[in-house]
Amino acid sequence: MTTTEPFAPEIRLEAIESLLLEKGLLDLDRVEQRLEMITTELGPMNGARAVARAWVDPDYRSRLLEDGTAAVRELGIDGPQVEMLVVVENTPEVHNVVVCTLCSCYPWAVLGLPPAWYKSPEYRARVVREPRAVLADFGTEVAPDVEVRVWDSSAEVRYLVLPERPAGTGSRSESELAALVNRDSMIGVRRAGQVDD
Amino acid sequence: MTDLPVEGPAAPPRVNGEVVFEAPWQRRAFGIAVDLCEQGAYEWRSFQQALIGRVAEAERGDHPFDYWQCWLNALGDVVEQTGLVALDELDQRSVSLAARPAGHDHEHGHPHR
Repeated sequence: MTTTEPFAPEIRLEAIESLLLEKGLLDLDRVEQRLEMITTELGPMNGARAVARAWVDPDYRSRLLEDGTAAVRELGIDGPQVEMLVVVENTPEVHNVVVCTLCSCYPWAVLGLPPAWYKSPEYRARVVREPRAVLADFGTEVAPDVEVRVWDSSAEVRYLVLPERPAGTGSRSESELAALVNRDSMIGVRRAGQVDD
Repeated sequence: MTDLPVEGPAAPPRVNGEVVFEAPWQRRAFGIAVDLCEQGAYEWRSFQQALIGRVAEAERGDHPFDYWQCWLNALGDVVEQTGLVALDELDQRSVSLAARPAGHDHEHGHPHR
């Protein structure tokens, strides 16, 4: 089917939509509201709040690593795709990076929707095979004595990387720290505080 | 890593400075798949399995990988598997919609975004 699709995607979707509408199974206003919520209220700003809190509050950090879902709910963060959130911590000895090798699983409530590269066959295959090379492509050099762990999102589990707190940020407030936490650092392909391209 | 090529209409919604949807149908296909699940029509796991199957199929092919086409095909699979829509009525509707004359009006009950 994917090599020679018989119908343009717009046509196929319209067919699905029109049939569901006729059967009373679809409410496009409700769909639109859901889309608005997902694309505006969910995003890396949510994950960044949890990371910054973990950096300043060791007890919160422990709870976040123990049960990611419950810990982000403490901050009022909830929504799709974080029902089983596992937070993995970067340390001087371990660098974590997240992938979904089979499709595009991603913790929407804390990171928003995934970027195109996360869903690409190239990233999904390469980060497993040669994670250090992929990280280098993102400008993230990982020393040879640092272990790289690749986490493959499975049926239910979604992963969030707790990046290392950047050096020299001892006097920063929690909200200032949150501003240093970018999306890519929570996927694990960059470090927090690292300047994006 | 570089991003996949960005094609399609201009000014799509962006999240974190990156294109999420490159065409309106992609956004609607996403929203409908999520909404049907939230309404209890199927478990997310069922959609996920359909998507995994379509992604694997696409990667075996020799055409450029089109993620949202996989998503749309998975949506078709899951509404058919759950009995919401039969495959033959979906195909018949697709045929009749495709056969509309060029310039047909776009009044079909939803705004284009």
